[in-house]
Amino acid sequence: MLYAVLAGFAGAGIAPLAHRALGRASGWVLAAIPLALTLYFASFLPAVSAGEVIRWSRAWVPSLGVVLSFELDGLGLIFALLISGIGTLIVVYAGGYLAGDPKLGRLYALLLAFMASMLGLVLSANLILLFVFWELTSITSYLLIGHKHESEKARKAALQALLVTVTGGLALLAGLLLLGIAGDSFDLPLLVARRDLIAAHPLYPAIVLLVAAGAFTKSAQMPLHFWLPGAMEAPTPVSAYLHSATMVKAGVFLLARLAPLLAGSVLWYGLLVGFGTLTMVVSAFLATQQTDLKRVLAYTTVSALGTLTMLIGLGTPAALKAAVVLVGAHALYKAALFMVAGIVDHKTGTRDILRLSGLRTALPITTVGAGLAALSAGGLVPFSGFLAKETTYAALIEFPWLLAASVLANAFGMLVALVVGWRIFTGESQVIPDDPGPVPVALWQGPLLLGIAGLLLGVFGWMGEGIVAHAASDMAGQRVPVKLALWQGFEFEALLALGLSVFTLLLGLAFYKAHGLLLRLATSLDWLYQRGPYRLFDLGLAAFVSLAKWQTQILQHGYLRYYILTVVVTLLPIGVLLAAPGSPVWPVTFGPVGLFETALVAVVLASTAFVMSTDSRMAAVAGLGGVGYGVALLYLSYGAPDLALTQFAIETLSVVIFVLVLYRLPEFRVLTTRAQRLRDAVIATSAGAVMTLLVLAAQSQSGASRVSGFFAEQSVPAAMGRNVVNVILVDFRSLDTLGEVVVLVVAALGVFALLKLRPEGEAH
Amino acid sequence: MFSLILSTTARAIMPLTLVFSVYLLMRGHNAPGGGFVGGLIAAVAFAIASLADGVATARRALVVDPRRLMAVGLALALASGFGGVAAGQPFLTGQWAEVMVPVVGKIGTPLVFDVGVYLAVLGVSLTMLFALSEED
Repeated sequence: MLYAVLAGFAGAGIAPLAHRALGRASGWVLAAIPLALTLYFASFLPAVSAGEVIRWSRAWVPSLGVVLSFELDGLGLIFALLISGIGTLIVVYAGGYLAGDPKLGRLYALLLAFMASMLGLVLSANLILLFVFWELTSITSYLLIGHKHESEKARKAALQALLVTVTGGLALLAGLLLLGIAGDSFDLPLLVARRDLIAAHPLYPAIVLLVAAGAFTKSAQMPLHFWLPGAMEAPTPVSAYLHSATMVKAGVFLLARLAPLLAGSVLWYGLLVGFGTLTMVVSAFLATQQTDLKRVLAYTTVSALGTLTMLIGLGTPAALKAAVVLVGAHALYKAALFMVAGIVDHKTGTRDILRLSGLRTALPITTVGAGLAALSAGGLVPFSGFLAKETTYAALIEFPWLLAASVLANAFGMLVALVVGWRIFTGESQVIPDDPGPVPVALWQGPLLLGIAGLLLGVFGWMGEGIVAHAASDMAGQRVPVKLALWQGFEFEALLALGLSVFTLLLGLAFYKAHGLLLRLATSLDWLYQRGPYRLFDLGLAAFVSLAKWQTQILQHGYLRYYILTVVVTLLPIGVLLAAPGSPVWPVTFGPVGLFETALVAVVLASTAFVMSTDSRMAAVAGLGGVGYGVALLYLSYGAPDLALTQFAIETLSVVIFVLVLYRLPEFRVLTTRAQRLRDAVIATSAGAVMTLLVLAAQSQSGASRVSGFFAEQSVPAAMGRNVVNVILVDFRSLDTLGEVVVLVVAALGVFALLKLRPEGEAH
Repeated sequence: MFSLILSTTARAIMPLTLVFSVYLLMRGHNAPGGGFVGGLIAAVAFAIASLADGVATARRALVVDPRRLMAVGLALALASGFGGVAAGQPFLTGQWAEVMVPVVGKIGTPLVFDVGVYLAVLGVSLTMLFALSEED
């Protein structure tokens, strides 16, 4: 299963090359990767529907309880199928939509990397692993929204989405770590077994708040929803994939995953139902206030996410069942509608719903796809959207207020479905300026296939009963019976739900008649919309940036000598602490010192004195080299040949580099006053004293020697090397070494950038 | 300022220094040496060449761009870590083949890691050195 997840990353690696080699057909070829994954996951359908859970695990960082462990259960499988299935269509669609875009190869790579991250997220059975994939989806989303990075709007939207979701990610990390502490494990199945322990833990409220914060940012719950409409700056394939069908559901998925652990408290219930309901209604209304096709769809997506959050918060078996059905139905019709919006934009060059009409003649096949998807979105018989709406109403019957809210939101949704699926395609055919010609297969296949899928899943809903039942049971922690049929029989609840559906339909039609009125309302409410949460975000960000500028001006003034001064002076208090009586430094004991070492120290001291007194830079550098060589010889005489060897090499290189730098400096002059030099001397001497005390303190700690004993013992048997220093570097502590090498590389790139890269036209 | 003596000596010393650096790298696991110091010594070889015959000559002698060396070294070190993953152990766990090679000793992923460090350190030092010493 690890390889299934990694396959997407591997595909991302080869995508740009494949695109270069294949040209126009690249989308169709690259779609083979998600298609293969879809078939792979589909092969588990019978087993998982029968109640089996497929597990796969391997150690990663065992000492921290981080395990590469994946789990394919009902919930995970539904998401995995949606991600890889819709991913297949999106890759093909992207190939048609962005044909000729020089950055298409990069887009493929990012789409596949995103898909792999998302698959990892829904299959993880370890909290830390889940978090890693969670962050990967945020990062790939950032890069995808900023695809048109020449456009300032796109960059701003990408940054906004990143900041909001990553801040939530930070909260989530804290929440997951606390959860790990409360349950004493990061393993999800194990934690589910310890749910009572977690519910009684004093950290429980903090865990719920932090996890909810993470989920709400990702799934765009109000008032943190604003990044999602902004993210519509992304190319349409990205909006259709990430910002309707998959990534934004990650937050909902997280809540669903953790529901068996965390549900059952007033806090959980209140947070999820409260914010979910608010989001559901308000954003459904806001959707009617937009004229940009993609933004209209974005707001209805936010509304659906609110509904899902509310249903998971309710936590009754019926509500969880409805959540699962809605996830599937919504992903199918919303991705299709986004693709339709993309085609319309592609064909006509506008997404303004007021300027579009009569597109059925220009876009015949798209009209069919759009119609099917819109019928599902409107919740009409016999589409899967109908099943979603029916199950939702049935789940809300005990909660009249929520039911009313849901009917209202669905009626607004109905209006949007009519606008997207009816209004722009009917009426007078418009003249299309700069017609790019007939829409290629790559574009219309997506909405058409998804529209048909939405229809088939509605008609043959009973085929999915097994998997939906298991997904809902995974969340509920108990068996949830599921019956998915268009006709639920003559029971009171079923009839009431059906009646409400008819009422929703009529209300939606009424809203459609009043659409012009609603849009006029939008103009008069514009002053309010200009003051939405995104404005607050902008102001906060601006304040943060000016704070950063202010502190940078104070601390980073550009004088290297004062930087060093600041660092050294900050260290001095440590020296005071160490020098105090009773610190581990005292009593100082000295070992025997031989003649050779004494002579070396004398040489080092003499070189130091020379460096300070000479007025030739070259001589000073040579003197410093002398100090370094003396220290290296000291290492050698105390039996550290590796250290000595390295020190020799470093000294030689630094002298060479110094010479090269000095070569460029102006003539030597005395620029400091006597008092300044005295101050520097005092600070330098104190710094030396602090270092001495630190070394003495380190010597007196016995812990260090225990570790070195272990290394010395284990070097040959465990790491096959007799040179302990090297064994520590490349084996025992190789992760540290890897980190250090990365730091070196970054530093070298920094030096290179400072010296070599200049804005064009600027003189040296 | 070209010096015939320095140039001639540098040409004699450079191959020796490079061989020595590789020797240090290879025997590092069992005797003083290793990728870090090996990379530094190799950098010294090119530093001497650049002082004696100019940066352009040193660059030609290196054949590849030092920045590419950094990337390759880092990738190699990273890749060696996946040996452990492939064997079902944590990332960076050393994997050993049962063959003995003179000077090197046993062959295993830590050696690959060390080669990566060698290349990265060489690349880092020379990137800085060349950047500082080139007029542009």
